[in-house]
Amino acid sequence: MSPHRVEEVGIDVSHGVMLYLEGITVSFDGFKALNDLTLYVNVGELRCIIGPNGAGKTTMMDVVTGRTRPDAGRAFLGQSLDLTRLSEVQIARAGVGRKFQKPTVFEQHTVAENLELAMPSHRQVRQSLLAELTPEERQRIVATLDEVRLTDEAERPAGLLSHGQKQWLEIGMLLVQDPKLLLLDEPVAGLTDEETARTAELIRNLAGKRSVVVVEHDMDFVEKLGGMVTVLHEGSVLSEGTLAKVQADPRVIEVYLGR
Amino acid sequence: MSGPRRSLLTPLFQATPRRGWIAFGVVATLAFVVVPLLHLVVPAGHVFHLSDYTVALAGKLACYALVAVALDLVWGQAGILSLGHGLFFALGGYCFGMYLMRAIGHDGVYQSDLPDFMVFLDWKRYPWYWTGTEHAAWALVLVVLVPGLLAFVFGWFAFRSRIRGVYLSIITQALTYAAMLLFFRNETGFGGNNGFTDFKRIFGFPVAAPGTRVALFAASVAVLLATLLLCRWLVTSRFGRVLRAIRDGESRVRCLGYDPLWYKLFAWTLSAVICGVAGALYVPQVGIINPSEMSTANSIEIAIWVAVGGRGTLVGAVIGALVVNLAKSWFTVAFPTLWLFFLGLIFVAVTLFLPDGLVGLATRLRARRRVPARASGSGAGATAAVPGAGTANGTGSGKEVVA
Repeated sequence: MSPHRVEEVGIDVSHGVMLYLEGITVSFDGFKALNDLTLYVNVGELRCIIGPNGAGKTTMMDVVTGRTRPDAGRAFLGQSLDLTRLSEVQIARAGVGRKFQKPTVFEQHTVAENLELAMPSHRQVRQSLLAELTPEERQRIVATLDEVRLTDEAERPAGLLSHGQKQWLEIGMLLVQDPKLLLLDEPVAGLTDEETARTAELIRNLAGKRSVVVVEHDMDFVEKLGGMVTVLHEGSVLSEGTLAKVQADPRVIEVYLGR
Repeated sequence: MSGPRRSLLTPLFQATPRRGWIAFGVVATLAFVVVPLLHLVVPAGHVFHLSDYTVALAGKLACYALVAVALDLVWGQAGILSLGHGLFFALGGYCFGMYLMRAIGHDGVYQSDLPDFMVFLDWKRYPWYWTGTEHAAWALVLVVLVPGLLAFVFGWFAFRSRIRGVYLSIITQALTYAAMLLFFRNETGFGGNNGFTDFKRIFGFPVAAPGTRVALFAASVAVLLATLLLCRWLVTSRFGRVLRAIRDGESRVRCLGYDPLWYKLFAWTLSAVICGVAGALYVPQVGIINPSEMSTANSIEIAIWVAVGGRGTLVGAVIGALVVNLAKSWFTVAFPTLWLFFLGLIFVAVTLFLPDGLVGLATRLRARRRVPARASGSGAGATAAVPGAGTANGTGSGKEVVA
């Protein structure tokens, strides 16, 4: 399927489910990073994924974005898009956005240029040669700069931003990209309390129209976000429910505190 | 009617700042007016007469600068360090050289229908791939097609397999070395060791006549200027910004829905075509093409020109090519045995002390001079920082956000 087709077909969410992961297994040299993982994310849902190091959180994101192919299992975006068959580029064009653990902005480009690159149009070579921002697109960049509080930094190279500003710029890029499914890997790592609170607000605004999956260690932050929580352990789901429920789950307590 | 025309042309004219246009005008005047006058009109022996040697050297330098710009497009912008660009240059030279060989006609040593080297090998007719090369137009098509196709196929496999960095550099070295070994063989049909030489005519004009020499030089400069404009437009378009994003974070670009393969392939193939054209302009001016042009050292030298000038700046590539080659012209006469040591020294020195090359040095010096001035006038920058602010007209507005 050509990347065009993916964009035209769109995501079929007639059953109200954005992401299906069923029986996903990924092994690296015999080590099972994901072991029969089954997870569903609904349309408009904000889902937090927690779990100790090596539980398979990042590998799960790699499977969804097409970076890693599962050895077994099914991964679908909506009813019709098979994530195990589409390329990374096709998956991105279908509407899956991702924020990496480390802030990865383009340091030599200005803040505004970073946002321009995230614009979900003119992504083919031929189009990119003559692409100019439409007034609406420019307006969107201005609004996004305001939303992530980077208006004063618009013309500066992104490499000169502070750590927190880079995290926000990346969230701003996701706002511009306007994905249907958003994967955030530790979005508040290394942020101050105030920045964390603001980030939680931004992420809550993102959910609703979009499905958001957040991988996080920080329990306070998870609490601020609200929403359902899935606990991963050794590559599969250990517990699922509200934060209060999973915190009371004896198996979760054992994984986090026991041994 | 003016709508689509404008959208094609405005970015081109916006892409080059005023200082660039002034330099452009100066170089064009020198190349198209001053040099022809001094070479053709001012009599030999006069103080202002330009010798054959000088004009030929200038034409050669223009071709080298063209190759440097081509390498800067892929290295400076896309982060692809090719150490095999000499191959594309030589292929362009050989393609046009086939026409030049056939234009010799019966004026060769053996006065045969075939070039001397084929008579020497006792060949009775041209190999199939020489078909049509008696027509200059077809040879010019080959000049574009052969390096372009080779680059496209090589690039498709290399970029699709996500080969990057030094691994790609090493493969390009191997590619040009293998081609050199192939072209050294007499059976390959390109004159083996000796390559092509003893050209007599080009487009019906005697190849060594002053008028032809000046025309070739002017053509080289014209192609160089046109290429600079084209590349400048490319790197200031969104295409250029995506290309630099690929250089700095390829997998991140993929997550944004761009396929790096086609971006790299486009820049890479275009770069090879530019090299091919440079080779075709080079061969009639120096009067010879042989497999040593494909040697690995030649290709590495191209990378040094770009590094010395300052990569990622385009104009730096031109400056680097001129500076290093003028130094080479002087050095190989004054201290013939020491040139390679000196070249190595330049490369080490540039890497250690001038990571942004001569252009970077100039920018730094200018910035230092400006620091006191900036303290007083900082208010002006604040409004400009808001993108799209006060941009009612359609043409300039795109630049506000992205320039």
